[in-house]
Amino acid sequence: MAGVIFFYALSGVLIGSALGVIASRNPVHSVLYLVLAFVTSSVLWLLLEAEFLAVVLVLVYVGAVMVLFLFVIMMLDVNLVQLREGYTRYAPLGALVAVILAAELIGVIWFRAESLPASVSLTPRPAGYSNTEVLGTALYTEHLYAFELAAFLLLLAIVAAIVLTMRRRPGLKVQNVAQQVAVRREDRVRLVKVEPERDA
Amino acid sequence: MIGLEHYLTLSAALFVIAVAGIFINRKNVIVLLMCVELLLLAVNFNFVAFSRFLDDTTGQVFVFFILTVAAAEAAIGLAILVVLFRSRRSIDVQQMDVLKG
Repeated sequence: MAGVIFFYALSGVLIGSALGVIASRNPVHSVLYLVLAFVTSSVLWLLLEAEFLAVVLVLVYVGAVMVLFLFVIMMLDVNLVQLREGYTRYAPLGALVAVILAAELIGVIWFRAESLPASVSLTPRPAGYSNTEVLGTALYTEHLYAFELAAFLLLLAIVAAIVLTMRRRPGLKVQNVAQQVAVRREDRVRLVKVEPERDA
Repeated sequence: MIGLEHYLTLSAALFVIAVAGIFINRKNVIVLLMCVELLLLAVNFNFVAFSRFLDDTTGQVFVFFILTVAAAEAAIGLAILVVLFRSRRSIDVQQMDVLKG
């Protein structure tokens, strides 16, 4: 019974924060609502006994992606007043699409609820079951090539992001490391012979 | 008892809210990107719920890959956004009509 109450409370928080994401006028508030949504879904994934993914969601999303979002929002000097224009213009269309989509999805889910395979029997995990171990075994044996591809994809994303945002501005003072390393003693040091001064 | 259909309904609600968000925030690219993240979260929710109720780990492995792709997508999307802002001084989608699409 406590699990049911917990589920509904978390669902309420999740839906509320998702609405906050799309309804906030300020993008910073949207990001903070999105952080709340991710943390709440991480707790819901814990209820589903997907512990590893719950931790990864908090670490990767809240820790990295959302901070990146915040960083970009604060770096760009966005004109908020201009972006607010026409905010309600598409709201009726959005609401219409949302209602139709919700009716379709919920209709499909609930009319077919009896035939959903395992909704009646949730097999309890045996003692000593480790979600991380099972996931790691599957990832490093069955899905090894996909895993390598994912690693390559991340590398590609790093390179692409750097290539996209790097720019050379004229007149910018930068170090030329190669020149600094290649410098010789003769270029920098000049020995001068100074005549000692004597009292006349 | 909370069954699979409850989780699926929650994820459907999340998905619908994100779709509505894409319609409402047509001008702000940052919020559009955030709505895409919400869509992916809803899809991940489906995968995790099915993985638990069908007792199959592959669903969670799939979520792992979706998280990877979503992180890459967010990084490149924000990089494009930064470049766009640098050249246009604005992130308004309505002003991006150079291609006359």
